[in-house]
Amino acid sequence: MSTATAEHHDHDDHHGPAKGWTRWLYTTNHKDIGTLYLLFSLVMFFIGGGMALIIRAELFQPGLQMVDPLFFNSMTTMHALVMIFGVVMPAFVGLANWMIPMMIGGPDMALPRLNNWSFWIMPFAFLLLLSTLFMEGGGPAGGWTLYAPLSLQGGDNLAFVIFAIHFMGISSVMGSINIVATIFNMRAPGMTLMKMPLFVWTWLITAYLLIAVIPVLAGAVTMLLTDRYFGTSFFSAAGGGDPVMFQHIFWFFGHPEVYILILPAFGIISSIIPTFARKPLFGYASMVYATASIAFLSFIVWAHHMFTVGMPLAGEMFFMFATMMISVPTGVKVFNWIATMWRGSMTFETPMLFAIGFLVMFTIGGLSGLMLAITPADIQYHDTYFVVAHFHYVLVPGAIYSIMAATYYWMPKWTGNMYDEKWGKIHFWVSTVFLNVLFFPMHFVGLAGMPRRIPDYSMQFADWNAVATIGAFGFGFSQLIFVYVVLKCMKGGEKATTEVWEGADGLEWTVPSPAPYHTFETPPPIR
Amino acid sequence: MLFVLRWLGVVSAALAGQNAFAALGDVNMTVGVTPISQEVYGLHMLIFWICCVIGALVFAVMFYSIFKHRKSKGAKAADFHESTMVEIVWTAVPLIILVAMAIPAARTLIAMEDTSNADVTVKVTGYQWKWHYEYLDSGVSFFSSLDAEHAAARQVGSGVDVSQFEHYLKEVDNPLVLPVGKKVRFLHTASDVIHSWWVPDLAVKKDAIPGFINENWALIEQEGVYRGKCAELCGRDHGFMPIVVNAVSEEEFDAWIAERAPVETMADAGAQTVAATTEDDDADREWALEELMARGEPVYAAACAACHQANGQGVPGAFPAIAGSAVVTGPVDAHIKTVYVGVAGSAMGSFANQLNDVDMAAVLTYQRNAFGNTVGDTIQPAAIKALR
Amino acid sequence: MSSPSTYYIPHEAKWPIVGSIALFAFFAGFAFLLNGGGWIIMALGAALLIYMMVRWFGDVITESENGTYSPQVDVSFRMAMMWFIFSEVMFFGAFFGALFYARVFSGPWLSGLGEGGAAATNAVLWSGFDYVWPTNGPAALGGEYAKMGWFGLPVINTLILLTSGVTCTIAHHAIKEGNRQKMVRWLLATVVLGFLFVGLQALEYWEAYSHLNLKLTTGIYGSTFFMLTGFHGFHVTMGAIILLVVMLRGTRKHFSATNHFAFEAAAWYWHFVDVVWLGLFIFVYIL
Ligand code: HEA
Ligand code: HEA
Ligand code: HEC
Ligand code: CUA
Ligand SMILES: [Cu+2]
Repeated sequence: MSTATAEHHDHDDHHGPAKGWTRWLYTTNHKDIGTLYLLFSLVMFFIGGGMALIIRAELFQPGLQMVDPLFFNSMTTMHALVMIFGVVMPAFVGLANWMIPMMIGGPDMALPRLNNWSFWIMPFAFLLLLSTLFMEGGGPAGGWTLYAPLSLQGGDNLAFVIFAIHFMGISSVMGSINIVATIFNMRAPGMTLMKMPLFVWTWLITAYLLIAVIPVLAGAVTMLLTDRYFGTSFFSAAGGGDPVMFQHIFWFFGHPEVYILILPAFGIISSIIPTFARKPLFGYASMVYATASIAFLSFIVWAHHMFTVGMPLAGEMFFMFATMMISVPTGVKVFNWIATMWRGSMTFETPMLFAIGFLVMFTIGGLSGLMLAITPADIQYHDTYFVVAHFHYVLVPGAIYSIMAATYYWMPKWTGNMYDEKWGKIHFWVSTVFLNVLFFPMHFVGLAGMPRRIPDYSMQFADWNAVATIGAFGFGFSQLIFVYVVLKCMKGGEKATTEVWEGADGLEWTVPSPAPYHTFETPPPIR
Repeated sequence: MLFVLRWLGVVSAALAGQNAFAALGDVNMTVGVTPISQEVYGLHMLIFWICCVIGALVFAVMFYSIFKHRKSKGAKAADFHESTMVEIVWTAVPLIILVAMAIPAARTLIAMEDTSNADVTVKVTGYQWKWHYEYLDSGVSFFSSLDAEHAAARQVGSGVDVSQFEHYLKEVDNPLVLPVGKKVRFLHTASDVIHSWWVPDLAVKKDAIPGFINENWALIEQEGVYRGKCAELCGRDHGFMPIVVNAVSEEEFDAWIAERAPVETMADAGAQTVAATTEDDDADREWALEELMARGEPVYAAACAACHQANGQGVPGAFPAIAGSAVVTGPVDAHIKTVYVGVAGSAMGSFANQLNDVDMAAVLTYQRNAFGNTVGDTIQPAAIKALR
Repeated sequence: MSSPSTYYIPHEAKWPIVGSIALFAFFAGFAFLLNGGGWIIMALGAALLIYMMVRWFGDVITESENGTYSPQVDVSFRMAMMWFIFSEVMFFGAFFGALFYARVFSGPWLSGLGEGGAAATNAVLWSGFDYVWPTNGPAALGGEYAKMGWFGLPVINTLILLTSGVTCTIAHHAIKEGNRQKMVRWLLATVVLGFLFVGLQALEYWEAYSHLNLKLTTGIYGSTFFMLTGFHGFHVTMGAIILLVVMLRGTRKHFSATNHFAFEAAAWYWHFVDVVWLGLFIFVYIL
């Protein structure tokens, strides 16, 4: 290896990417790493989605047609782990890598080598996780929430799953540290905090959440490990512990985690709507405060996932009220977006379509979340498909749509080519129709009493499950359009201008398309 | 398919001004048969409609804007981007709505948690994958698991058309019998992992946590059969541990208890499985191999096959095969211990309280001589009795 | 926000990918070991990890000593270290949380105190169990044991760690004055105290296992005691090694009065470990 000396300071990677395939292994460039993250996430989306399709196929009809119940459970578990840790989080980190340095007028991330490591951990972590599917006894089958003592019954997979989570956690924490350091330290002079685009703000707060709660998850799964292999009794009443203690620690991580999955999406939507409404974002400052309030509240609502575990009454009351409170800052965001659209001059290119789809369907998911927050009602909703409907409405047309919107929005800047608008729009409409066919009926079967995490169900749920399965295959296969549009855009197409979108505002639109390998070698002037 | 017809039904019902939900089939929460379940249903409908109204307003404004303020219609963008006044309004108004929702919610919650002054107490214990009920006042106790016909039909590749069962996966061998008009208190716990006892009609859902007891209650107002399911993921057959509550008049209930009480109050270990109850239970006599084999087969099917499979092959990696198992074909003591004490930290729990001496001896003997195992010896009920 | 005139970007590096492979081997090997496999893969992973760290840090040190880094890079390093320590605080938080939960909630519930099903829990499932901390639970897992008192080794260890915090600060003042030799001397004292702490901790464990019958398997008390003190001890060991490296660098004429980030990072870490110990001393030993 080359001994680093002062001259290396200015060697050739200041001008363009290194040659050969090792470029991708060794790169310290935020755009390269962003691309790696995004492609990784896309691949995992198909793996996680493939698992979802197995779930839906088995649920197409009552009776067990295809899979063993144990394998079904491990599909449920893996589907969630892959989607959350392998799709949404890496995609957001990829977008952060691409956009944050550009948006704040910085040269790159604050710690580029660490950045490379954060990415290259992910494929190995998922190799470790997915390998359990090929072990005797199969993958983890206790749900993504890994509740003790059920998860402790897992076969050989338990240790692998726990270490895979540690592994991903290392990646997330390092990535978040990098993002925080970048935002605090790499801004161009004049880019004050309250001038930062909201995507940067929401990521700053997300990174803070990640650094705060990922170690807690690490602690929780470490306790699982020692309970299983070293004879501790954190989660066993016989030794003075409590299985419910795992749930408290898990959800102390888990609830902030779901906001980790949505706050960057809020940032993306806050960039896209003003562009296509040709009007500045309404209530910038209140958006920042609302994001911060959501983050703060997210630490004190965790037990709304545990209304049936038998908490003291005062605890149930507290968590109910605190959870309801989150609707207020979230509502502020929704209202601000609508006020941004109000009396704008709107056009509806694909990113805007996805943003509006987000707005409508996230609100539906949020409102069902509010219903879940009402403890006495949640006791009926809990662990039914009503919950499944809720979180898919906030995750799929929420988090996933925001990622797709962001891709369409910034892809011309990344590749220098316009994407195919016609197919983009088709992608949106087909996805949106099937998505609702897929997830809306889950509200019905949930309320009617269908529990979640079951491979087989009673006759009364048959019709709507068949509908949902049809929607699932429709939605899943329409994502192939997305892949087609992305690949086509990477290959070529109409050349994009510097500004790309008529109403776009922000530093990323001041550099040529495609953005040069090193965006800003010296700090840009800030208005 | 049926749902197309139903959709037509919805549309026509809506047109005719009828309750659209009814036409959709089973799409809403059940009203239930207890005061609490009815209160919860009311609360659910209240918050549902509030959410609908909020959604309708928000979307109305948004779509108005989308249609009116579009460039293609010649809209020119305005320039406003701030207003403290509206920000305050749209923070305050939702807060008020939330308070309006919170008050009835809190009231219902307090009522739900009040388990005092119960007339009947039932201890409900979750097992992988069946329920055990124990009437603490009279000592009657029994296991309740998925009906055998359903259990056979639900196997992968069983070839059975499950739509022939009216209550597919919601039928049990021994239903829980409860009196109407009495406050019944439930004590929920579990023996292995967390389960959750849920009967929608009673609005009772409480986690059954090993090592802890949770309390809950119900006052059933109407006779009938109410069906529910385990609601917390508890392993492979989580989807197959239904609950059936048979709500009967007080007299019927008392008669039912009286009929069973004499037999089942006596022994602490008097629990029994689905299998053989009326047969000869003399643990002291010498049993022949054939006798034990004949008796062991149904016991195995009822108690062990859920994990070790009907063919004794187990599920690789999760549940060991009985066929050719070193434990089963090895020394008697280790075999007995595995089943009597269980294997700590695994799904293999203790069966000491689930099987009586004869059943346990029979199933052990059966394992040693079935599925191709040919140990040839017997395990006598007396040997199990000696352990108690 | 700093105001650099030109930006600094490090050149590409192969250590991250080596580190990923090392961690993969380590974790996969550890999992094999726990499932009854061999330890070779894990050992190879650990060795590669150490090698990777030595080389990566080696590169960074060389670059730093050559004056490659701008002040902005220095700030990035500082922020990264602070946020890393924050993440460590949260990791310990999980275990402290478990301790509080067991003491304040599950213990009393098991002995029948509290609303809901607590009374029935005790009466029906664990009758006769009376909760007092420390406890190894209603099933008395691990059998008779004695509590680890706070007087004796723990007090001595507290004093050792507090003293080491002072010696570390003296060393810091020394390097700020540009007195490298004084820094190395005081750092040596710090490192010695650090390893002394670890040694005494090991002695305490030996005592717990051989005389008190206090083990990892002694119910929730043993679990929280050993996991908290164990992770802390591991962090002390890491901190002492880091300080040792800083000290050795000092003997090689690294650091100046103005440029000694590595020292400061190590010192912050050390103080963090110190504070965690105070928490442990109060909540695990005394109360
Ligand atoms: C992106 C992820 C995401 C997001 C953003 C949310 C948002 C919310 N969630 Fe959700 N949730 C999940 C992901 C998410 N959730 C997941 C994954 C689970 C299941 C985990 C598992 O068990 O596997 C879950 C489960 C879950 C439960 C537990 C259910 C159960 O298991 O019984 C609850 C209960 O309170 C809940 C509540 C809420 C609430 C109140 C919000 C709020 O933040 C919503 C706020 C938004 C709105 C309310 C709409 C917009 C507001 C307005 C238009 C203003 C006007 C509004 C009013 C006046 C009220 N969620
Ligand atoms: C971001 C998170 C995320 C996302 C995007 C999704 C997306 C989807 N989810 Fe998932 N889901 C969760 C998070 C998510 N889910 C979580 C947290 C749980 C709870 C787990 C638990 O209970 O522990 C869950 C549980 C869950 C269940 C309940 C399982 C159960 O309780 O037993 C179901 C059932 O229908 C389901 C379905 C789907 C479907 C159909 C999609 C679709 O959107 C997927 C779209 C499909 C594709 C994108 C596939 C594309 C594939 C092809 C075109 C075919 C080619 C295939 C290959 C090349 C491999 N999910
Ligand atoms: C809830 C699931 C479950 C049920 C029901 C169950 N077992 Fe098991 N059994 C297991 C598991 C898991 C193991 C493996 C335990 C281990 O070694 O970790 C096991 C192991 C065994 C073994 C040892 C096999 C070997 O080769 O190690 C025997 C014998 C056995 N069970 C007998 C029975 C009998 C008899 C019954 C019924 C009366 C029964 N089991 C019911 C889950 C179950
Ligand atoms: Cu028992 Cu699920
Ligand atoms: Cu939550």
